[in-house]
Amino acid sequence: MTQYIIRRLLYSLPLLMGVNILTFVLFFVVNSPDDMARMQLGQKHVTGQSIANWKQQHGYDMPLLWNSDREGTKKVTDTIFYQKSVGLFLFRFGVSDSGRNIGADIKERAWPSLAVALPTLLIGLLVNICFALMMVLFRNSYLEHGGIVLCVILMSISSLFYIIGGQFFIGKVLRLVPISGYDDGLAALKFLILPVLIGVFSGIGSGVRWYRTLFLEEVEKDYVRTARAKGLSETQTLFQHVLPNAMIPILTGVVVVLPLLFMGSLIMESFFSIPGLGNYTIDAINMQDFAIVRAMVFLGSVLYVIGLLLTDISYTLVDPRVRLS
Amino acid sequence: MTLLLMSSLLSMKMHTCKARVLVMMLSVIFWAASYSCAAWASGQLNNPYPDDEQEQAILYESFSERPKHMDPAVAYSSNEYAFISQIYEPPFQYHYLKRPYQVVPLTAIRMPEVIYLNQKSEKLGQGVSDSDIAFTDYVIEIQSGIRFQPHPALAKNIQGFYEYHQLDKAKIEAATSLNDFTTTGSRELTAEDYVYQIKRLAHPKIQSPIAEIMKNYIVGFDDFSKQVKDKPKTAVRDLPIEGATSLSRYQYRIRIKGKYPQFIYWLAMPFFSPMPWEADAFYDQSGLADKNITLDWFPLGTGPYLMAENNPNRRMILLKNPLFHVETYPTEGESEDQQKGLLADAGKPLPFIDKVVFMLEKETIPYWTKFLQGYYDASGISSDSFDQAIQFTGSGGVALTSSLLEKGIQLQTSVTTSSFYMGFNMLDATVGGATEQARKLRQAISIAVDYEEFISIFMNGRGVAAQGVLPPGIYGVDDKAGINPYVYEWLNGKTQRKKIDAARQLMAEAGYAGGIDPKTKEALILYFDTTGASVDDRPRMNWYRKQFEKLGIKLVIRATDYNRFQEKMRTGNAQIFVWGWNADYPDPENFFFLLYGPNSKVQRGGENASNYQNPEFDRLFEQMRNMDNGEPRYRIIQQMQEIVRRDAPWVFGFHPKDFLLFHGWYKNLKPNLMANNRLKYTRIDTADRAEKRQQWNSPIFWPLALVGGMFVLMLIPAVNAYRRRFRGTKL
Amino acid sequence: MVVLWTDALIYLLIAVILALGLYLRGKEHIQRPLQQIGRSKIGMVSLVVLLFFVLIGLLDSVHFKPADDKKNEIISLLDDWATPLREHGEKTYSAPFATTLYSKEMMTMADGSMQWGYPRLEFGGKHLNNPETEKIPDILQKTAYGLVQGLGLTGAFMLLWYLVRQTHFERLNFIVRPELVAQGQVVPEARHGEQFNPSAKAVWVVLFIIVPLATALIHLSAYYHVFGTDKVGEDVFYQAVKSIRTGLVIGTLTTLIMLPMAIIFGILAGFFRGWVDDVIQYIYTTLNSIPSVLLIAASILMVQVYMANHEAAFTSVIVRADMRLLFLCMILGVTSWTGLCRLLRAETLKLREMEYVQAAQALGVKQGTILVRHILPNVMHIVLISVVLDFSSLVLAEAVLSYINIGVDPTSYSWGNMINGARLEMAREPIVWWSLSAAFVFMFALVLAANLFADVVQNAFDPRRSGNE
Repeated sequence: MTQYIIRRLLYSLPLLMGVNILTFVLFFVVNSPDDMARMQLGQKHVTGQSIANWKQQHGYDMPLLWNSDREGTKKVTDTIFYQKSVGLFLFRFGVSDSGRNIGADIKERAWPSLAVALPTLLIGLLVNICFALMMVLFRNSYLEHGGIVLCVILMSISSLFYIIGGQFFIGKVLRLVPISGYDDGLAALKFLILPVLIGVFSGIGSGVRWYRTLFLEEVEKDYVRTARAKGLSETQTLFQHVLPNAMIPILTGVVVVLPLLFMGSLIMESFFSIPGLGNYTIDAINMQDFAIVRAMVFLGSVLYVIGLLLTDISYTLVDPRVRLS
Repeated sequence: MTLLLMSSLLSMKMHTCKARVLVMMLSVIFWAASYSCAAWASGQLNNPYPDDEQEQAILYESFSERPKHMDPAVAYSSNEYAFISQIYEPPFQYHYLKRPYQVVPLTAIRMPEVIYLNQKSEKLGQGVSDSDIAFTDYVIEIQSGIRFQPHPALAKNIQGFYEYHQLDKAKIEAATSLNDFTTTGSRELTAEDYVYQIKRLAHPKIQSPIAEIMKNYIVGFDDFSKQVKDKPKTAVRDLPIEGATSLSRYQYRIRIKGKYPQFIYWLAMPFFSPMPWEADAFYDQSGLADKNITLDWFPLGTGPYLMAENNPNRRMILLKNPLFHVETYPTEGESEDQQKGLLADAGKPLPFIDKVVFMLEKETIPYWTKFLQGYYDASGISSDSFDQAIQFTGSGGVALTSSLLEKGIQLQTSVTTSSFYMGFNMLDATVGGATEQARKLRQAISIAVDYEEFISIFMNGRGVAAQGVLPPGIYGVDDKAGINPYVYEWLNGKTQRKKIDAARQLMAEAGYAGGIDPKTKEALILYFDTTGASVDDRPRMNWYRKQFEKLGIKLVIRATDYNRFQEKMRTGNAQIFVWGWNADYPDPENFFFLLYGPNSKVQRGGENASNYQNPEFDRLFEQMRNMDNGEPRYRIIQQMQEIVRRDAPWVFGFHPKDFLLFHGWYKNLKPNLMANNRLKYTRIDTADRAEKRQQWNSPIFWPLALVGGMFVLMLIPAVNAYRRRFRGTKL
Repeated sequence: MVVLWTDALIYLLIAVILALGLYLRGKEHIQRPLQQIGRSKIGMVSLVVLLFFVLIGLLDSVHFKPADDKKNEIISLLDDWATPLREHGEKTYSAPFATTLYSKEMMTMADGSMQWGYPRLEFGGKHLNNPETEKIPDILQKTAYGLVQGLGLTGAFMLLWYLVRQTHFERLNFIVRPELVAQGQVVPEARHGEQFNPSAKAVWVVLFIIVPLATALIHLSAYYHVFGTDKVGEDVFYQAVKSIRTGLVIGTLTTLIMLPMAIIFGILAGFFRGWVDDVIQYIYTTLNSIPSVLLIAASILMVQVYMANHEAAFTSVIVRADMRLLFLCMILGVTSWTGLCRLLRAETLKLREMEYVQAAQALGVKQGTILVRHILPNVMHIVLISVVLDFSSLVLAEAVLSYINIGVDPTSYSWGNMINGARLEMAREPIVWWSLSAAFVFMFALVLAANLFADVVQNAFDPRRSGNE
């Protein structure tokens, strides 16, 4: 087991290296450090000297890939690419182009992101499974057909409409919750109700449909028929046989997104001004703060890799037939 | 694992209790929900702040973009000034109430003593000609007894050493914010602190945006800058700079080159606030920057407020500075101030508000809604909420709509000292150059681009169309006859934009009859460069296209990101662009220098974005620049206006009007475009606010119950079907 | 005629579809699921709605420079057709079917005095002398006229259809029947049954709803702003209709671009295994692990740089917008091919072990031939399903991307841009609801139809589900 995990971790290294190279190419082809400096220094009274200063301060005053002015290994190490990538691999994200330490910001902002994303996922899961079970229970009845149509309708509405609508009716017209904002600790609760509610609601359509197919697949399997033939009632077969078995794909599907919950939801957070990582990323994109975007890309990839690893492990835990090799 | 557990729990419940229990469970949930709602209903459910803040004198403001710098040597944008002007105190400030704007002492005892010197640094008498003046001395004396805010950088231990100036690694590692350094100290403000700050401005590592400008004015600034280039920030303390010296504990002198009357305005900007050397000594310790503990985030000043919490990701909190020196509310103002109640607090000690909370608010909808709900005390008006807020009265003035008046909301308007214009790149082959053809083309476009319509569509009338470079309220503007004769005409006692036919005539004279380019025999194509990449800009772009279409010109929008745009401007590849300028200080020089030849963007990297060059204009500018206000200066300004209007390097756009809405409980508010430190003057009637909020924010529950009921109704057929099936299987 | 990049790709797409249709004509294993789709009421109805959208999109994809004016402007057939709509701009907001602006303004009256009131629109309802009393009867009358026109049109079409079909059948039956009957097949009954196929009836019902609705809208839009006007007075109905093309292009071209990549890589990885598989897996895991939004954001910025450096090539707004749209499709393609690739790889791994593939290999058939002959046709159903499933999610994704300003060009019409602009309008009081509603209705209709159709296709082609119905 440990060996397997170590092997997987080693396998993820070239993966992250690839991500790093790709993002480096993308970001430094797009914007030269000069552009960044000018962007950050603002409009008024910018001169060549101040740009050079800025570049020096942020470590952009080196060549991109090959430093011919240096000796020996320094030819490679005294470059933007080397300096910036090594930092990423050690999780030292450095200073953002606007001058704040990225690592400290990420640490601080991960929690609000999680506070929105985790309840959304859990409640969403619960609600979706409930409805999906109900539809399976009443399969081939008008209830199921109605349910499917409703799901498709819910799916066909852009998530933006859910957010705009929810904020407008619940926040503005009914005045039930603060329209946006965030607070520390338990006080955050009242700010979380609406985003979580909308998050759950906008996921119902696709979620229920997906779980329904999972359950239906199980329901048609032989062991379920046997159970039914044994004289178990429909509900008993559903809860004792179908649900536990269908939990495997559900669980693994959840595990893979768990680490990514830290990244937060881009749109939800910016609509409700929740100071999470999603919001952070959008700001960085809009302000073209590439140091942050690069850090977030790398972080996202790392979390994804961890998610894959967790999935594999959880497979073995829930399904004894799967062996790690 | 928890998931499995949960679902098995659920399954247990389901198959032991059957559907009836499910319904019961649902009703329990609803009951619990409604109960908790009722419990909360005594307060306001939608209150975004803790309930116990209700009765305190806290002002709620917002910021939309996190300020990048809080270091007064670096900060140079209005969103940064909104904070640091409350914290740092330059020697002078603008009078809060008086108009036209007037510089008055803040920490200084009186206005500076201005001494003119000749080449040999000898004092000159009154009435010498400007050419004899080689240097000017500003001697400033500050009040005694002013103290810095309590701050760890100033904390001393019992032995009299600075507590936190030699931090060990472990301590830095453990710290997460400035508040982890619990001991604080303070000391008296001295003239040396002002001198220290001027030295900081010169240090290349600080990257002050005005360093380049100050090189031209302050004596020895450039040399000092070179001298400390490779030294740490803290080194400037012991090195002398020629142009700034402290004469005594409370007196210092700044020596500038030549005569520069506008320098007094600089002295009222945060750049020239005092900075204790201890601040750099403290913050410069390696490791602190990694924790975001820097002077850029945790300021140290003498002002009425101090930064208590700085979380640019969410909110910033300013608290009243307990050591703030005595300053009182001004006792005189404009004639109508008395009647408006702006002098009710005259003579009372400042500040009135104990705490200011700035919340991050990026979306306009929540912001505006919260303002209407009473959770923000003041608000600007975005163009889209305008109809709701403002209506025009019969005489063309503006007033609040009745719904806002009912809430006791008040409105203030003022024309800002800024100018938005559409610039032509004068280096461009088509629109640029001093040829008659290009000039006529520019004049034609000036007529065609109907900025009155722009103001009415996009600004809801919140602006005045510009007649020249200078906005109203700046010296040299002739309010009565100052129309731009190339674009406007005087008709029926009103200024009116010339008819489009006049523009078409000009086009024909320029060789583009009907907008056809003689070279291609097709419509003339012009390029409009902009950074506008967002959807909100689209209507505006369409509008610009429409304006050019009137002349048969096809306008191509080249939208790119900010960096590319800047680069285009710098290399002179832009053709037509829109640009704005916010006055640093209320003087015509600060506007005309935008067209001064030697300031050209392409050649010198200056602020003359359209690269305009006219020798006569440049000559007049050099003459006007250092003159004191008076008849001769006024005449030169008029000449310069005439030259620029004729050459039309800009389509003079508009000067925006600031509309400020604020609730009735927010007192002592007067628009002041130059003073940024106005928070200390304002006051809040907390009792009134609490009452209004309660009144406006009672939640509405019945739709919730309705939705719940509908959901239960929808469940009934399911339950029935289940029962039927259940019975079926049992049988 | 001017062919934009996306136009060219759309034509290519149509050509590909036609070629595919011809190729698959006689194939039994494709025919069966197709017939299943044909029998599904929902499937046919949603297909009709989709085709209706596609028709509009195609009309909007034929661009040309009008010969008569020198504006140097590129317009499409649809624009040409909707010229009045395009040019009848008001000053600013006006509600649907309004005759006055939405907000009060200072007006100069005929006698020179100034008055504060709602000014009349320049075009909307200008044929009315007294809007208060005449408006509603006029709208009703015009609606009725449009509906009747549409009904007539559809009726005529239906008649024509049946006439043609009748003769066709008679000929067909005449030729085919004897030998088929001779073979003992019950084809005549089947044919007869098909004529009264319930899905055919549903299709006609939908046609009888859509066409009159469309004609009524067209007729009305000549006199009124059916969905009101936006901030600069542009007709919202026109915007919503123009957005159809953007939605369709994103939904289809993205798949067109990603398909070759996904199919080639997926099949190669599954078939050859070994280092090829490792490399391909490495590529797609790497791409997959980057949050796609960030990848899209970075790439869109790159496009802007490209366009800034090659200004000469993009003299017209529409060309610029088109380029950005194309790039967006490409980037979305790059980020979305990995899912399909993985599916195909797994399926190929399975197919590879099948007896007939093993046999072909044993017989020494060339590997290329095996891939094209045996593997490719057998994974086509997966490709088809994933294409229809992706379509609606791509249309929805466009709106979200536009919100973060990394979507289509802000000057081009798209539902995302409309929604994004309308967010601010929701804060107005009284609120401006029509832009949002128009975008909602159109987008919802397209995505719903696509989702329903995708469902039917999935049911028909997915071997696991074929026994379901």
